[in-house]
Amino acid sequence: MTGIFLDAVLAENLALSFFLGMCTFLAVSRKLSTALGLGAAVIAVQVVTVPLNNLVHSYLLAPGAWGWLGLPDTDLRFLRLITFIGMIAATVQVAEMVIDRFFPRLYTALGLFLPLLTVNCAILGGSLFMADRQYDLGESIVYAAGTGVGWALALAALAAIRERLTYADVPEGLRGVGLAFVVTGLMSMGFSVFAGVAQ
Amino acid sequence: MSTRSRLLTDPLVDANPVTLQMLGICSALAVTVTLDTALTMGIAMTAVLALSSLIISLVRRAIPAEVRLIVQITIIASLVMAIDQILQAYLFDISQRLSIFVSLIVTNCIILGRAEAFAMRNPPLASLLDGVGNGLGYLLVLALVGSVRELLGTGAVLGRPVLPTVAEGGWFEPLGFMALAPSAFILLGLLVWGVRLIRPAQVEPAEAGTSADQPSGGAS
Repeated sequence: MTGIFLDAVLAENLALSFFLGMCTFLAVSRKLSTALGLGAAVIAVQVVTVPLNNLVHSYLLAPGAWGWLGLPDTDLRFLRLITFIGMIAATVQVAEMVIDRFFPRLYTALGLFLPLLTVNCAILGGSLFMADRQYDLGESIVYAAGTGVGWALALAALAAIRERLTYADVPEGLRGVGLAFVVTGLMSMGFSVFAGVAQ
Repeated sequence: MSTRSRLLTDPLVDANPVTLQMLGICSALAVTVTLDTALTMGIAMTAVLALSSLIISLVRRAIPAEVRLIVQITIIASLVMAIDQILQAYLFDISQRLSIFVSLIVTNCIILGRAEAFAMRNPPLASLLDGVGNGLGYLLVLALVGSVRELLGTGAVLGRPVLPTVAEGGWFEPLGFMALAPSAFILLGLLVWGVRLIRPAQVEPAEAGTSADQPSGGAS
């Protein structure tokens, strides 16, 4: 369990070693404060959607899941993509309404990012990896927390570095996104050193 | 040049979805370890993008504005599921190496971005061309990064040896670094730089606000 968590945060960081959620990652890493807000939103949505998708996967889609209805031969795994994305879209929508109703202050801080999360591939990628690696419910909760924390950590680190780099004198063509890529590459190199920490 | 052919050629360099608009980067980085996965992914992406733009443009008047995102995602997800099944049936080996990244075409922002920005407002033929053009722009970047990574990482292109490696009695020592994640980030960063050297109009202005205390924000 600790192994899954540490691997998901460090060595198998979704952003730095699987390139997931890159579009938002680069767009929202200009300021540390917004990066922290988005990071928190990703952790929250990830921890809800991955275990939910785990339940859907093992009780509706897995081979033989409909055995109790007398249909032991069903294998609906080809539907997993569309059910996962539907589940994520619905969760994000519900989360938005709940937060708006009960935590208005949090909503003003996160509101902008929530709809974006539907198309953040770190969220969908987390669910797909969970299904590929056949985690059970407990493992999937730990894995979701790990991937969420890892993604938020990478985002916050990049945002802090980019805030400092605004004062650096870089070649014109490299300014902005080009430099962000190179910095992310260096961070990714740094994080790959953590491979094996989990054992 | 008619406007129709500009729809097809503009996204190749001048408005490239990856290097200028920074869309669809996740998969652009992940599948470029070798050229064959990069090409497969680029072609799959072009097919999905062209078809989804066409279909969304055909039904654009029937989609209510409030639920348009869900309708678009459903159309895209169905197309991606079809492509995924086709790849598993005919190119099983490559589809295993692409792992979840074919499925992740669904959340690729190029597709949803073109659907929102172009296909919802334009007639079907123009949307189809726009989809193909953007798909090819994506394919071009993937092919470039993929061939550099495969050439320097293994000394081969598409599995055929180009630089004779030390292991086979040649002189070229493969760079293991090219097979790892960080090299993709750095190569794409350098590619963006290269494109902006040729097309200076794409250079980003110095970030406003934070650099206000500097004498001149940016000489562009």
